Amino acid sequence: MSYSKPQFKEKYHNFINGKFVAPIAGDYFENTSPVDNSLIAKYPRSQKEDVELALDAANAAKDSWGYTAAAERAAMLNKVADIIEENLEEFALVETCDNGKPIRETLNADIPLAVDHWRYFAACIRAEEGSATELDANTLSMNIKEPLGVVGQIIPWNFPLLMLSWKLPPALATGNCVVLKPAEQTPSTATLLMEKIADVFPPGVLNVVHGFGPEAGKPLASSSKVDKVAFTGETTTGQLIMQYASKNLNPVTMELGGKSPNVFFNSVMDEDDAYLDKAIEGAVLFAFNQGEVCTCPSRLLVQEDIYDAFMKRVIERTNAIVQDNPYDTNTMVGAQASNDQYEKIKSYLKIGVEEGAKVLAGGEANVLDGDLANGFYIKPTILEGHNKMRVFQEEIFGPVVCVTKFKDEAEALEIANDTLYGLGAGVWTRDAHQLYQIPRAIKAGRVWVNCYHAYPAHAPFGGYKKSGFGRENHVMMLNYYRQTKNMLISYDKNKLGFF
Amino acid sequence: MQRVAITEKAAETVRLLQKKHGELIFHQSGGCCDGSSPMIFEKDEMYLDESDVLLGQLENVNFYMNIDQFEYWKHTHLTIDITEGRGSSFSLEIPLGLRFIVISRLLTEDENTFFNSSQKS
Repeated sequence: MSYSKPQFKEKYHNFINGKFVAPIAGDYFENTSPVDNSLIAKYPRSQKEDVELALDAANAAKDSWGYTAAAERAAMLNKVADIIEENLEEFALVETCDNGKPIRETLNADIPLAVDHWRYFAACIRAEEGSATELDANTLSMNIKEPLGVVGQIIPWNFPLLMLSWKLPPALATGNCVVLKPAEQTPSTATLLMEKIADVFPPGVLNVVHGFGPEAGKPLASSSKVDKVAFTGETTTGQLIMQYASKNLNPVTMELGGKSPNVFFNSVMDEDDAYLDKAIEGAVLFAFNQGEVCTCPSRLLVQEDIYDAFMKRVIERTNAIVQDNPYDTNTMVGAQASNDQYEKIKSYLKIGVEEGAKVLAGGEANVLDGDLANGFYIKPTILEGHNKMRVFQEEIFGPVVCVTKFKDEAEALEIANDTLYGLGAGVWTRDAHQLYQIPRAIKAGRVWVNCYHAYPAHAPFGGYKKSGFGRENHVMMLNYYRQTKNMLISYDKNKLGFF
Repeated sequence: MQRVAITEKAAETVRLLQKKHGELIFHQSGGCCDGSSPMIFEKDEMYLDESDVLLGQLENVNFYMNIDQFEYWKHTHLTIDITEGRGSSFSLEIPLGLRFIVISRLLTEDENTFFNSSQKS
């Protein structure tokens, strides 16, 4: 089945204080589709004044919103989930158009998962509670969870609606007001969502401001009117946001990418069965979402005694990937999200070969037919080399995996941990001891064991090392958006006796 | 001998940004999304210390990289180029619809001896 490009208005606006408002300076930028480089629509090129407007609206709303009953907030979150679900196909189509990812993924992964994250946090906020301890016969310590106030959130372009749905629900569920800046490459589904849910929350609770990083992102991240900044992106911007936060003494959470190892021990090939088939797919998951995933399993580590046989099947499976029109439900890999990504990936393919990596599959751009020739397609690529090569150390953010061999467990761990990052990792083995010990020894926040690329709302996600800190998803997320108010109550009628 | 170079097209953009923003620095980013790209900021925007290696100067703009990242990059020569595109970082060229990108090649034997044997960075 094949879809076609959805319809858009000529231009869209910011969503501030419950209304769609034009940017104060009146400037817009053109957003294009990476599918064929055609125009989608114009979006506000907001400046500091627009961000201020949104922050003022959020600050005005925060007191009453913070006192709303959890039941009421949860009901609103569930309503958002229902609205996304009712319009799943429309969201999927707009996402594919804006990001270039295949419709198969947006229909079956991005949008349904986004729905589930809203529902998960609606449930969490009803189920959890504060605590109280009787410290002695006359003293009660009560811990009340209070919202931080106003949260600034800056999200990336690789899973636009899903990343929005990772960040908004826990912040809103806990009673915070939010100013969100979507990535300028992919402003469309955030806007579509605001159109659909404009009346769900009280004015000012949820605000979306579009624009460029230096003009709109920085004023948001550095404002003294926010109480926290949550950011997903890369290390340099992460460092800048932490600097700004230090001026305001604000907490931050950082999700900054990785160079995730996917480790295959020889027991995976003990049988030629369904599990081996799953493992081969697990190795090929580097191409999922065009490799534009912060946890892309971009370093493939294979035990040397199965290397040739295993890689033969991985190469076959990679070469069988269908890369074509993202609107076609048979397409498995679509377009890279933007021209600069496309150019960057090509430059990595070049330096990889120059450093001595051998191309086992792909290795070049894929020029498709017709209008798609203007899009940004890279063939799923396997490079064989060693872990000191730059292609093994830098996040390429494309459908590119770098494969190397290891002798034994010690060498597997040495290579797996020889990276600046520590976001994700995969471990594949039939050995019960390895199943536990290897994941424990890998320095990464999420280790998938005999699976990869699953992101359930109920499992915490976040990085070690230069991949950031703080977690997303899971009920623990609620505390990243809250203060603890401790009330220490004395029931003793007698004075201390000091004065 | 230089570790970093810049194409004329990228240099033009740097000069344009200098007119608008004054003194600038480059910082090579790593990691997710818009990472693995050179970013340009006003000179005092970013807190720099001994963990940032100065790789060279391009159009009077110092080019820095974090020392941990530099360990993996030091055998390569970098040319800063520019392409049409859109980033979501705070890099100053983004509103122009442009992105700096880095084109790498291996250091020649002579360059490698010069940079990585005779001096530390």
